[in-house]
Amino acid sequence: MKKVRFTQIEGGQGFWALLAILGAVIVAGLGAVYYMEHNGHWVTGMNNQIVWGMPHVFAIFLIVAASGALNVASIGSVFGKTMYKPLAPLSGLLAITLLAGGLAVLVLDLGRPDRLIVAMTTYNFKSIFAWNVILYTGFMVIVAAYLWTMLDRSMKKFSGKVGFVAFLWRLILTTGTGSIFGFLVSRQAFDEAIMAPMFVVMSFSFGLAAFLLVLMVTYRMTERPLGDAVLFRLKNLLGVFVGGVLYFVLAYHLMNLYATEHHGVEAFILRDGGIFTALFWVVQIGLGSLLPLALLYHPATSKSRSMIATAAALVILGGFAQVYVIVIGGQAYPMTIFPGFEATSSFADGAVNSYSPTLAEVLLGFAGIAITLAATAVALKLLRFLPESLGDEQVVAKAEDSAAVKAAA
Amino acid sequence: MSEQMHPDFSRREFLSQSAKLAAGVSLASGVMLYGVAEAKPSAEAVTSKVRWGMLIDTNKCSSGCDACVKGCNEWNGLKDHGRPQTDAQWIRKVDLRNKGTGSVHSLPMMCQHCEKPPCADVCPTGASFKRADGIVLVDKHICIGCRYCIMACPYKARSFIHEDVTDQRPHAPRGKGTVEACTMCVTRVDEGQRPACVEACNTDGHKAIIFGDLNDPNSEIAQTVKTYATTAIRADLGLNPGVRYRGI
Repeated sequence: MKKVRFTQIEGGQGFWALLAILGAVIVAGLGAVYYMEHNGHWVTGMNNQIVWGMPHVFAIFLIVAASGALNVASIGSVFGKTMYKPLAPLSGLLAITLLAGGLAVLVLDLGRPDRLIVAMTTYNFKSIFAWNVILYTGFMVIVAAYLWTMLDRSMKKFSGKVGFVAFLWRLILTTGTGSIFGFLVSRQAFDEAIMAPMFVVMSFSFGLAAFLLVLMVTYRMTERPLGDAVLFRLKNLLGVFVGGVLYFVLAYHLMNLYATEHHGVEAFILRDGGIFTALFWVVQIGLGSLLPLALLYHPATSKSRSMIATAAALVILGGFAQVYVIVIGGQAYPMTIFPGFEATSSFADGAVNSYSPTLAEVLLGFAGIAITLAATAVALKLLRFLPESLGDEQVVAKAEDSAAVKAAA
Repeated sequence: MSEQMHPDFSRREFLSQSAKLAAGVSLASGVMLYGVAEAKPSAEAVTSKVRWGMLIDTNKCSSGCDACVKGCNEWNGLKDHGRPQTDAQWIRKVDLRNKGTGSVHSLPMMCQHCEKPPCADVCPTGASFKRADGIVLVDKHICIGCRYCIMACPYKARSFIHEDVTDQRPHAPRGKGTVEACTMCVTRVDEGQRPACVEACNTDGHKAIIFGDLNDPNSEIAQTVKTYATTAIRADLGLNPGVRYRGI
């Protein structure tokens, strides 16, 4: 059996330049946080009608992608697909760093980020937010343990069991994230049980797209071989996940379109919502779903590395648009407080709420991405996360060996 | 928050003095037509034997009048920063027009003090809570400013404090980065007074809001809701708000 050698990445000039750029983005984001917290949130685009804005779009995207990034490891250890096993350490690492980036954005946007310790110690267990605090910290701990079983030979025997727990935990975690919206009985765009499974499938898609991009960029930058076998397997899987998200989006809107009480919010998102309608059809569905599907499966593009990378980037772009439409679009649509009445007031009753994200909010969001990437890069430099080669002869030989061992057993 | 309060006298002293003053004014102007309740001794715990509520008669509420809003803002020290998108509104006037019949109504909208408040359900730290007597409040000391309660409230009753707050009223502590809403003027209620909006509406001569104990069968509010058809807004949600309406 051909052995996979895991090594640290070499810290050349490119590595340090990357860290410097990411560091600058993080510093800019922290500056934005100081500006927003010092003045108060009135300097942001958020207000009393759109209370969750751009930071939440970034945070939710990253948190959802985090649990999805772990899928590659799960496929290896829970579902026994040997080809994925060499990818497991990077998968676990990305799961942790994506979550860290997302949580950083979420926490730094709080009205009182200085009270984080209150959130960690005072729980209302009926709140899905409180559950999420436990789910997020638990995820970090479990995936860290999972990584330990991968990297420490003496712990390897626990890898399967810990991997299974991590897999279950990540499903619960994304169910919790989707439930943040599913549990909101007051708002016409939310209050749907389908939110939870839809977020789970979104996580599969966003997480794998992020993993694929990081894998391709890292192997290119470090000049390590990355064979077609691994890459094509992953890109086919990405296509399946993108299709899965489309199915849930279709089911969500079909259900809403059937019920008269939801016609207003559907007309808003699908037809009359201006920026939200454009984001939904053009970015989420067109650029973020249909185009990647075509790129990933069409014979003319499906074997091209640049096209596969483009498709993954488009899935991420579409994912951001999807979260934006869900989070901001759901708040922009006027809340139905008095069914059957037209309402007007000084507090935007009956009016479509507008939101213009400010630079500070966007900088905070990008700082979250930078935290993810910087933490990933540093970890890859310090620990042996990456196989020296994911070339076809390496990966396919290993998979065949493993199959042969199993057959013999 | 507390450091911004008046340093010269204690909060309790201020409350007892201002309550006496308010009671005197009310009696002098003759608007205390109904006994609300005896002031609860400060050492006595709040009890669920009482359920404070309001009944708003939209037939008596006129479209151009915002006396209740002014009364609330004045008592609770809410200021207008000229930024309507982010300025706090604990109570607002809503004008309604029935899409089918064309009938028009005007009413004040504020925290509905639900029996099962969604804001308290979703609050991760328990900062949003309901007192035993039905008043829904925010504990400003443990609110982390996540705004999930604003997302959850079906009445848009809550505001986030988007800037530093100066010249606060000692009985209505506020703080940048936390969420707040109508408190049903809880300190006034504890002193046996009616909420500021109710007083303002009465002073203005509309008398559109009845405040009282829904659990006391002899109270005016309990008698009225028993006799006449009244409405809970978004009754479909099953939250059993303490604020009810007549005429819509």
